[in-house]
Amino acid sequence: MSGTENQMTGAEIVLQALKDNGVEHIFGYPGGAVLPIYDEIFQQDDIEHILVRHEQGAGHMAEGYARSTGKVGVMLVTSGPGATNAVTPLQDALMDSIPLVCLTGQVPTTLIGSDAFQECDTVGITRPCTKHNWLVKDVNDLARIIHEAFRIAQSGRPGPVVVDIPKDVQFATGTYTPPSAAPIQKSYQPKLTGDANQIAAAVSLMRSARRPVIYSGGGVVNSGPEASRLLRELVEITGFPITSTLMGLGAYPASGKNWLGMLGMHGSYEANMAMHDCDVMVCIGARFDDRITGRLNAFSPNSKKIHIDIDPSSINKNVRVDVPILGDVGAILEDMVRQWRAAAKDYDKAVQADWWTSIARWRARNSFAYKASDDVIMPQYAIQRLYELTKDRDTYITTEVGQHQMWAAQFYGFEQPNRWMTSGGLGTMGYGFPAAIGVQVAHRDSLVIDIAGDASIQMCIQEMSCAVQYNLPVKIFILNNQYMGMVRQWQQLLHGNRLSNSYTEAMPDFVKLAEAYGGVGIACDKPGDLDGAIQEMIDVKRPVIFDCRVANLANCFPMIPSGKAHNEMLLPDEATDEAVANAIDAKGRQLV
Amino acid sequence: MNAHLQPTGSAYFIAKETQVAESHTLSVLVDNEPGVLARVIGLFSGRGYNIESLTVSETEHEAHLSRITIVTRGTPSVLEQIKSQLERIVPVHRVVDLTVRAKVLGQERPIEREVALVKVTGSGEMRAETLRLADAFHAKVVDATTDHFIFEITGKSSKVDQFVAIMKPLGLSEVCRTGIAAMNRGPQGM
Repeated sequence: MSGTENQMTGAEIVLQALKDNGVEHIFGYPGGAVLPIYDEIFQQDDIEHILVRHEQGAGHMAEGYARSTGKVGVMLVTSGPGATNAVTPLQDALMDSIPLVCLTGQVPTTLIGSDAFQECDTVGITRPCTKHNWLVKDVNDLARIIHEAFRIAQSGRPGPVVVDIPKDVQFATGTYTPPSAAPIQKSYQPKLTGDANQIAAAVSLMRSARRPVIYSGGGVVNSGPEASRLLRELVEITGFPITSTLMGLGAYPASGKNWLGMLGMHGSYEANMAMHDCDVMVCIGARFDDRITGRLNAFSPNSKKIHIDIDPSSINKNVRVDVPILGDVGAILEDMVRQWRAAAKDYDKAVQADWWTSIARWRARNSFAYKASDDVIMPQYAIQRLYELTKDRDTYITTEVGQHQMWAAQFYGFEQPNRWMTSGGLGTMGYGFPAAIGVQVAHRDSLVIDIAGDASIQMCIQEMSCAVQYNLPVKIFILNNQYMGMVRQWQQLLHGNRLSNSYTEAMPDFVKLAEAYGGVGIACDKPGDLDGAIQEMIDVKRPVIFDCRVANLANCFPMIPSGKAHNEMLLPDEATDEAVANAIDAKGRQLV
Repeated sequence: MNAHLQPTGSAYFIAKETQVAESHTLSVLVDNEPGVLARVIGLFSGRGYNIESLTVSETEHEAHLSRITIVTRGTPSVLEQIKSQLERIVPVHRVVDLTVRAKVLGQERPIEREVALVKVTGSGEMRAETLRLADAFHAKVVDATTDHFIFEITGKSSKVDQFVAIMKPLGLSEVCRTGIAAMNRGPQGM
């Protein structure tokens, strides 16, 4: 332990600490303030560095990597603009609870505060968009802080952390402390096991339910594969219907018989009606986000609510709950399943018979229906065909943000967790493509598809160059309608169909763009050609941009309009032009 | 009425606030490390919470612990959220809502005290009156010339408020207050 063997430069400590925390890949971009670390990267082979084209791309790649593997994603950027460009993915990871360690270079400690070249107050700027952050002023603290960064990023409610390392600290020599010997900050000790009495109260409430519903979220996926298995077991033994947030898709299989589809603003009619009319709601690892609840004072008015969450601040934040259970979803589900099996031997699922009859009636409304066409590709049809042609493969899906994202969530059936990467909380256009690259880095032989919109894809299109450089055969499937579709949809709903700046008049030729980067471009505008074109995309073992020209004016339904409750959804067969224009009444229009 | 001034619509739902705002005193035990106060204050500014008073000082030197006392105002659900959000901050050890705790213990309020330095300038008869009133408030003279006094006064905020108000016509020139130090009554620790 003592002596000179543990003496290293700060830059060596960074690499050693990353290795000791199991890191195999980092996403980054060099610059003046991180050159010593890049010099160390050059002199080793254990960690592969993926060179991005913009720091935002590095962040989303690390997010996709983390979300698809359950490991911590790592990014490395320089000071100043490198750090400020990382802010968007940091906030994205914070809102979607993605474990991310971001290492930033900083100007030498002696220059901090002097407005030095490429200086910014990185810890100040990233304080509100990280779970925690550090400025390392002493090389002897560096190893401990990096180990702590990994512990905090992945434990409790996962999230992004920043370690800001001044250049003189990277050059200085200090002592390396391995993870096992490094002291931890005692104030941070997340609670994992749920209170047994609260779980018993929940089980008793669930037993008494006549109209139960399980509402699960990204917390189930974050808790690990065992939590998803336990969720499936809970659904099986209770017979309860289950819906999920956007972030939680795949934890329960879309082919499962109790599956109601996604809930929320663009969720299924049956999921939202079940949420509104239920008598017992079991919220598992979700946070009652405003896209989920609709109008709060009309949210599930007659139900008792159970809320399982690892973050105490999520409980009673938006919705008052009756039985809060604080802890890790996996640990709590294990106890809950055991208690249910012990207490509910005589449980008769027939008490839910009337409830399932209602659900069948709502399902029959077929709320995701759309008018098929032989002439133009309907966006929903494109997703359905993509699903049919890829579902039997080892496939990962990412998305950008907008209509295509909602259609992907509605029409692509997810059977497993960690297969679906999307920007839920922050709604970051430009997320999907770099995220897909991150997924592909972790799963070289899998089929990774970014379902994109024509507007979103242009926000991080530069990463084509990265995908080509590392032979990452990511597929970009663009639903190209020449509009920012979701913006246009809101303009139609709220702003008298005045389509201010939501039409893209100068669209690039995506096929040529793909070729310019060294990838493959495919275009398709006929429903009859679609299957063949998708198959061609799958077969190409290179990055592909697929320009799928879809019906320009299709909108995303069903929808809970602004100021409305779950049982006031606008359904596709009712969504005439007039209904769309009047969907939000004068009162709703006043909402800020 | 002012329909033309209303925003025409939005993607958000806003419910009217029905709860009444209350003033609560929170005690926050934190690791004494750089930036910890910024994290606490940043939480308040970032989430739109109010700070009415703030006091911070190292309390346990050996353990590197500081105690931050915050008086904040909000509805019961906002106050609960503030407490939960404070607990999420990594270097925060404990957060106690002293006002809630006092109620649980059957007390009206926690003990809350403030120190103020009050400078009053003037000459002649006013000086005798100033000293008489200061005496009534148990304010100590900590500095004086023939032209001024500086008083040190300790007590509840309301007592300090009152003293400052009384000194105004007598030549009040400067006030400095520490903010509130607070703890619950009784033998139990935080």
